[in-house]
Amino acid sequence: MKAKVYVSLKPGVLDPQGKAIQHSVELLGFSGISDVRQGKYFEIALDGLDQSQAKESVERMAREVLSNPIIEEYRVEIE
Amino acid sequence: MKYGVIVFPGSNCDHDAYHVISKHVGQPVDFIWHRDTDLSTYDAVIIPGGFSYGDYLRAGALARFSPVMNSIKKFAQSGRFVLGICNGFQILCEAGLLPGALIRNRDLHFICEHVYVRVETNDSPFTNELAVGSVLRIPIAHAEGNYVCDDQTLEELRHESRIVLRYCDPSGNITDSANPNGSRDNIAGICNRERNVLGLMPHPERACEELLGSSDGRDIFRSLAATVAAAV
Repeated sequence: MKAKVYVSLKPGVLDPQGKAIQHSVELLGFSGISDVRQGKYFEIALDGLDQSQAKESVERMAREVLSNPIIEEYRVEIE
Repeated sequence: MKYGVIVFPGSNCDHDAYHVISKHVGQPVDFIWHRDTDLSTYDAVIIPGGFSYGDYLRAGALARFSPVMNSIKKFAQSGRFVLGICNGFQILCEAGLLPGALIRNRDLHFICEHVYVRVETNDSPFTNELAVGSVLRIPIAHAEGNYVCDDQTLEELRHESRIVLRYCDPSGNITDSANPNGSRDNIAGICNRERNVLGLMPHPERACEELLGSSDGRDIFRSLAATVAAAV
């Protein structure tokens, strides 16, 4: 089983990396970009857990380690 | 009186802190490896600057899980003194000992320069030898020093006079142009509600000798030493 965790900055938290990426992309000639936000993506391989155990365990990892709840939010997908 | 300097894999200002305590404060000091958990013989610990765990995941995020951090929480709860400098400040925020978080600098640069900070309160073990409004010239060296917190936290910090240092111009004016990294409210250092834990981005341990460009950082350590001496 594989878990995918997406961590992104909360709306309103400044993302200077996203801004720099947006600027670079625009320099390449891409237009119509209103915003770029950079986040993190994790793939976690899991053994010996059923779907709901896996979800619960990875949710906890995401909440307590992979994200900082003050500035970030996360989304977990189990495959 | 005994001081400890915590050493994580990737700490790189540990020797500077040790030097200041041994030479300028003139007190016994030990390095404490992050896997050690016995802090019973110490009166104050310093979490130094550097790049603990290579800043992997987020600055300070992985150091929070080192064995010594549980001991530091209990140490702080017992009323003894904890000073987190730069990466140490980031670790204290990640560990929940101080509120808020430190994110990427507003302009993305790693900034390494002397800045000015104004003392906002001297009701703290780390600034009680200083006058409110004093301006200190101390270097910063960070890429993630942009302090953020929600409105409620900021209100609490203000109301409880827990904002200890703010970035200012050489005359002590708090301006946006004197804010090197975009920190909310020009915040450079805050303390906990009990006031015995301070986190700050500037490096006072690098500002203790005129040869290094400033000795203003000594006042922070002088304050801490006076407090520790009175408490022991």
